[in-house]
Amino acid sequence: MAISRRKFIQLSSLASASLMVPKFLKGFEFRPDLKMQGNKILVVLQLSGGNDGLNTVIPYRNDIYYKSRPLIGIKKDSAIALTDDIGLHPSLKLLKNLYDNGSVSIVNGVGYPTPDRSHFRSMDIWQSGSKADEVVTTGWLGRYLDQACADCNIHSTMAIEVDDTLSLAMKGKEKNAVAVKDVDRFHNAATSGFVRNLASHEEEHEAQLADYLYQTLRETVSAADYVYAQSKLYKTTQTYPDTPIGKQLKVVGNLINSNADTRVYYVSHGSFDTHVAQQERQKNLFDQLDGALGAFVADLKQSNRFDDVLIMTFSEFGRRVSQNASNGTDHGTASSMFLIGGGLKKAGIYNDIPSLADLDNGDLKYEIDFKQVYSTVLDNWLQTNSHDILGRRFDGLGIV
Amino acid sequence: MDLRQKNKLLYARAAFGISLTDFGTPMPVAQAVDSLFPKAAPGNLDMITDADWLDNSPKALRMIGDDQERKEKQKEFRDRTKDINLVWVEAMVDSNYPLLEKVALFWHGHFATRFDNPYFDQKLLNIFRTQGLGNFRDLLGAVSKSPAMLQFLNNRQNRKEHANENFAREVMELFTLGRGHYTEDDVKAAARAFTGWNFDEYGNFIFKTKQHDDGIKTFLGKTGNLDGDDVLSIILEQKQTAVFITQKIYRFFVSDSKIDDRRVNELAEGFYQSGYDISGLLKKIFTSDWFYSDSIVGAKIKSPIELLVGYQRLLSLSFENEQTLINLQRVLGQYLFNPPNVAGWPGGKYWIDSSSLVIRMRLPEALLKSRDLDLSAKQTDPDAGTRQMAMAMDKQKPQQFKIGKVDVDWTPYLAYWRNYKTEELPAALAGFLLPKPLSQEQLNEVSNYADKDNNDDYIKSLTILMMMLPEYQLT
Repeated sequence: MAISRRKFIQLSSLASASLMVPKFLKGFEFRPDLKMQGNKILVVLQLSGGNDGLNTVIPYRNDIYYKSRPLIGIKKDSAIALTDDIGLHPSLKLLKNLYDNGSVSIVNGVGYPTPDRSHFRSMDIWQSGSKADEVVTTGWLGRYLDQACADCNIHSTMAIEVDDTLSLAMKGKEKNAVAVKDVDRFHNAATSGFVRNLASHEEEHEAQLADYLYQTLRETVSAADYVYAQSKLYKTTQTYPDTPIGKQLKVVGNLINSNADTRVYYVSHGSFDTHVAQQERQKNLFDQLDGALGAFVADLKQSNRFDDVLIMTFSEFGRRVSQNASNGTDHGTASSMFLIGGGLKKAGIYNDIPSLADLDNGDLKYEIDFKQVYSTVLDNWLQTNSHDILGRRFDGLGIV
Repeated sequence: MDLRQKNKLLYARAAFGISLTDFGTPMPVAQAVDSLFPKAAPGNLDMITDADWLDNSPKALRMIGDDQERKEKQKEFRDRTKDINLVWVEAMVDSNYPLLEKVALFWHGHFATRFDNPYFDQKLLNIFRTQGLGNFRDLLGAVSKSPAMLQFLNNRQNRKEHANENFAREVMELFTLGRGHYTEDDVKAAARAFTGWNFDEYGNFIFKTKQHDDGIKTFLGKTGNLDGDDVLSIILEQKQTAVFITQKIYRFFVSDSKIDDRRVNELAEGFYQSGYDISGLLKKIFTSDWFYSDSIVGAKIKSPIELLVGYQRLLSLSFENEQTLINLQRVLGQYLFNPPNVAGWPGGKYWIDSSSLVIRMRLPEALLKSRDLDLSAKQTDPDAGTRQMAMAMDKQKPQQFKIGKVDVDWTPYLAYWRNYKTEELPAALAGFLLPKPLSQEQLNEVSNYADKDNNDDYIKSLTILMMMLPEYQLT
């Protein structure tokens, strides 16, 4: 939506007078028991590189599993038991606690028709929320922003990716999320004297493109100011691990607990591309993940926000059923997703792991389209219209 | 528009920005346009020799017994796509015929492939560089038969018994006609016609008769025992192909914000009548009066490559850490040989979001004062074209990268601008660096922030400040 320069100035001065200041005050008056009603938050956790679903959610009573993976199959007695048939990777201890408390839903066999085994193409399909045979240049969360944030010209902190650059998932047609890896550094870069001065320019720009650039600049400066101010309002007492994912979730926890207006956060962890020596790499990554999630969930629970937060994990694909010659696994298809949060309607194991006997050229057949998970989250959690964002209706899963 | 501004616009679009020499001695439009077109065919870039490929082909790798050794060799070879990337960028910077490289960049985004085989990447790039200004019929044929395209769009798996429609679909949707100008039945018929198109171990095109479906097919209304060449010919008979390509060329060279349909159709008609003469189409554009109108000035956002090559050409930058150029391509969102998907980089406003804009505004100080950006690029996993290759992949860690030391040759630049009086400098520099003149208020603003210790520092700091303006992102 184009908005004229002058109108913007009016809007933003109005905004700073009536909207932003009270929010700051609210922040300063922060009390742990003060919940922001109805403010549901989604945290997307991307497991980059293709996480092996079968060694994450393990069919440990299935002979085919052990026959296919004589060396890297996870033994029943080292897995964490969830049910008689299904165990969890031994490193995911906290996840098991959350599972026991009814705060985890595990969706198995998630994928899409005619799966692509290239990292970047499959990631593109997941991030754009498209079909395998179409090319879409916007992301599913970006299109959510287009819809939900059509009028937020003040600053675009409704969706934040904790990184230096923005993923396709977070780019819409009209609106983009903001990428912030380090709040102080971003603030510094975006608001140095000359840049801030440019952003406050008032004259009209005749060229449409110059307008677009200046508008993006103003939104950036405004977002940097906002995130910076918010980040100073809350100081966690939790110790987050000093790992990349620990640092990212610390930024997210801090902003959620300062009651920032952000609805969607995006973090990434990896790489899970375990072609060689899978056991060691996946264990390391899951140790880091479990530790970071532990601190994050504790942080949210301490401020009574866990019920308002939904963490959704995904990976661009799972891996082949059979291990390869290097004690690893090659690119596969369907995999498991975790939905984690205090506000689930349906917790536990949502569906069985797809059959290991009925494979498609050595790969699992998907049972749930990932867009069904997206539509569930969009309709029931973010309370928007998934049909407009995904281009058609998908059956929801009723998990949230 | 005066001649100098016309030349500036021409070089901004048909090249990577005007040099001070050309800016100082403007040429009549016709002469300037003519000087951009190479008089002889360019040589191939051959970073990867045929022998290198034979030594690293899947067949050669299978001979290596030791797993670890094979993987290392594979990784080393795959990484050489970066060498091609840097050599090509160097060609864009140093070339006497930057239009040739600019056109190759256009075709690289049009016929987008990505799969970490430097030898095939190089072969395809050489097609773009040697035929990019030639005839679109020849170009389309050469690209369609290149190992890069045959592999990337799975035509090797397209066989009589088991068709794979990937190439057949994309060749129409993205490379020639555009969506809505063919049916699903046309896709199926075209896929059948392309069965048997393959390449040998040297990457040379071969036709595998046994895999070819020689039944009768009906494609876009034509019926017969059609093969791949027939399908391409029928596609080229459609005027829509000329329209589609002209639209894309217009967006790339003229305006990514506003498409003038009447103008595009007129150009497309000429393009079609000429039998798809690409140089003819470009000459028509660059010599038209309407090209030099105010609505075209600043109607494009510079792509990251245009931006980076522009800096390099202007001030002869040399990077102590050559990996810097790769990292900058990645954080700015245009990593050569790694387009986001088969549709290429969408361009225009898609180049700009809050982070990329801030990075672009910090770039002048990073490049011209060696000031670090403190950024990390997103991890892009090398893709596996085959399972064997996939096995050998190991990850680069997402890493904070350092710009490192950048040598800047200010001497000729300063010598040129020293001829101007101090008070003339802001407007004169803006007239050179930015697409449109700045208002007096903006000039004062920039000048206020500039370093006025001495004349040279004033020139340098004005230059850097103007490069930080959002307007500098436009061309």
